[in-house]
Amino acid sequence: MDFLFIIQQTLSATLGVNAIIFALAAIGLNMHFGYTGLLNFGQAGFLAIGAYSVAVPVISFNISLWVAFLIGIFNSIIFALLLGLPTLRLRADYLAIVTIAAAEIVRQIARSATFRDFLGGSDGITGKFASEFFDLNPFKQGLTTPILRFSGNDLWVVITGWILVALITFVMWVMVNSPWGRVMRAIREDEDAVRSLGKNVYLYKMQSLIIGGVIGSIAGFVYALSRQSVQPDNYGTALTFFAYTVLILGGAARVFAPIIGAMIFWFLIVFIEQVLREGVTSDVIPDWLIGVNQVGQIRFMLMGLGLMLLMIFRPQGIFGDKKELALDAKA
Amino acid sequence: MHPHHIALITDLERDLNFAIKKISARLILSSIAMLSATAGISLIATPAHAAETPTKLYGIVTGSTEQPLEGVGISIAGPDGFNAEVITDALGAWEVLIPTKGTYSATINEGDLPEGQALTDPTKATVKANVFMPGVELRLLFPIGPGVKKATLLERSVQLTVDGLILGLIIALAALGLNLIFGTTGLTNFAHGEILTFAGLLTYYLSAIVKLPVIAAAPIAVVLSAFISGFLQDRYLWKPLRKRGTGLIAMLVVSIGFAIFLRYFFLFLFGGDTRQLPQYAGQAGLELGLVNITPKSILTTAIGIGFIVFATLWLLRTRMGKASRAVADNPALASASGIDVQKVIQAVWILGAALAGYAGVIVTLNQGVSFLMGQDMLLLIFAAVTLGGLGTANGALVGSLIIGLFVQLSTLFIPTELKYVGALVVLILILIVRPQGILGRKERIG
Repeated sequence: MDFLFIIQQTLSATLGVNAIIFALAAIGLNMHFGYTGLLNFGQAGFLAIGAYSVAVPVISFNISLWVAFLIGIFNSIIFALLLGLPTLRLRADYLAIVTIAAAEIVRQIARSATFRDFLGGSDGITGKFASEFFDLNPFKQGLTTPILRFSGNDLWVVITGWILVALITFVMWVMVNSPWGRVMRAIREDEDAVRSLGKNVYLYKMQSLIIGGVIGSIAGFVYALSRQSVQPDNYGTALTFFAYTVLILGGAARVFAPIIGAMIFWFLIVFIEQVLREGVTSDVIPDWLIGVNQVGQIRFMLMGLGLMLLMIFRPQGIFGDKKELALDAKA
Repeated sequence: MHPHHIALITDLERDLNFAIKKISARLILSSIAMLSATAGISLIATPAHAAETPTKLYGIVTGSTEQPLEGVGISIAGPDGFNAEVITDALGAWEVLIPTKGTYSATINEGDLPEGQALTDPTKATVKANVFMPGVELRLLFPIGPGVKKATLLERSVQLTVDGLILGLIIALAALGLNLIFGTTGLTNFAHGEILTFAGLLTYYLSAIVKLPVIAAAPIAVVLSAFISGFLQDRYLWKPLRKRGTGLIAMLVVSIGFAIFLRYFFLFLFGGDTRQLPQYAGQAGLELGLVNITPKSILTTAIGIGFIVFATLWLLRTRMGKASRAVADNPALASASGIDVQKVIQAVWILGAALAGYAGVIVTLNQGVSFLMGQDMLLLIFAAVTLGGLGTANGALVGSLIIGLFVQLSTLFIPTELKYVGALVVLILILIVRPQGILGRKERIG
């Protein structure tokens, strides 16, 4: 087994592009679920809207990438409004089902042949829509060390991405510690009590949905830019569920939880996958037990099992506080 | 992540019939849209044995009852301004020799088709052929059926209504169990779809590997589903969690993790293909008036209705059924009045898993089984349950029939690939008007 290679792959993933995407998606969910108690299962829809909003305008309409970012944020606000108007008056489990349905609507429209000319059908969109971003890259040679390895483009995404994560986390920290943030938490704990104080709960929930959704669409920007392509099937329900895993792993209603959660999540996934892969290729693990192509499946099985066990034995996550967040306040 | 293929039971089943019979007479009216998917694949490449074999495009034009159609004009256009016109002979056959490789398109002259015959998909008047090497023979097919273009809206509507009712029944079988479990335990079970997949896989295993006849494999799969997915799952997963006092949202998240685990476990054991049962896979349909329906659909639907009647009687008439409604209403009060709540929940799980298992068997019979089958059905099941009102048994039935009918009938107006989108949009629209669902109780909204 090549342990150095395993370590290099694992550490690169821990700090890598996927960790950034999941951290951002989970920060958005933290706003929804952690602070406001909204069970949004449609986060993948926000990511998809963000990703398509940067790819489509640049490729099809020759609009500047920077304008496309603004379009993406605008679109995610519209999507949040559309989602919020019918659902925010519903009980938590209704909200979950409606948001998951809305995200599926987005994905199925994106992959349909009917809109292929615009959205690329099930193949998605691949093209050089992020060149304006990568032209600014001062680190074109990338980074190669024994324990970390990024290509030139990846390094640029990773550096700007983590700066973005830090900025957004800071803004979140300011927001949730403001009087506004305390109203949010109060809504999570007891909606009726907040209402009786004369607050418009519906409006506050809508604000939460929009803010978290916009952060989700920013995760979609990073997803699209880093790969220079958008594939509709990457934005399925599994994406939302793994973003929840990241959030719960770190500890919901903690500002830093999504970052820590995303790093640990990708550390574990890639580490286990690499060890299994090395084990299979060097015949430590026999062929009849696990084939090379089955390593990815084992990884998903472990992710599912991990989510179950985490929820059963440590629902407050690593840093969460059980008193801060009784996960059943809204049930 | 994985590619996500949603396929509809009845359409896919026909699609299969279609592939087996090649272009056949009885192309059912409603499968027009599916044809656009198949016609693209209907180029059957026959590699040449030797280089002297000429490169050619050929085909046989047959009508709605497989009778050859003579005198139909076909024009071929290709690269470098290649152009040719042929007319089908007495056997309906035509062929054109082509000079080079490239992309050719063959257009059928629709005006030459005899009375009562028409393309089942008007967009397939032109079929493309990609000749990737010299010396190959490519067979091109034009989908022709019984004057479909003139098919009345009524005829299509009737067929789609029947398809919709069958889909609604399948959803109802799964939704009833989901709703009973939700009603008695409060669990929103995201792993319910995997009960369908598991029963489907069992049916496949018992019939294709153990070599039992399907007619024996199916009931065994349902019984095993009730025992493993119902009794054992509740006994060793959910009952301990209830005892620990795990909250409802925490259990919801646990069910998501369980669903992901099971799905990839099935993929690990079974692989990613869709497998057909050894029997009845390509059964031909029967013409009953305006409707085309396969015998297996008639039988499975009849049994399914029987199951639903049984479940309803169980709920309304038996002591245990009445107790389950009492538990759904107020578990503490039910417990205080001497009802063994855990026993009721166990019964509900067993019944729910049996019903969902049977739904999985029907889907497997009609369109084959893959590890994604349950996931594909889950959203429709949820949509049905939410539409009817979470936790209400009749609501699940009403919601299922509405979703089933809507999914199918919407294809009259929107592309087939978007029919699930239509159903989900309707779900959201109805919830704006009636947030508690059609038969739900108003007090329960937040």
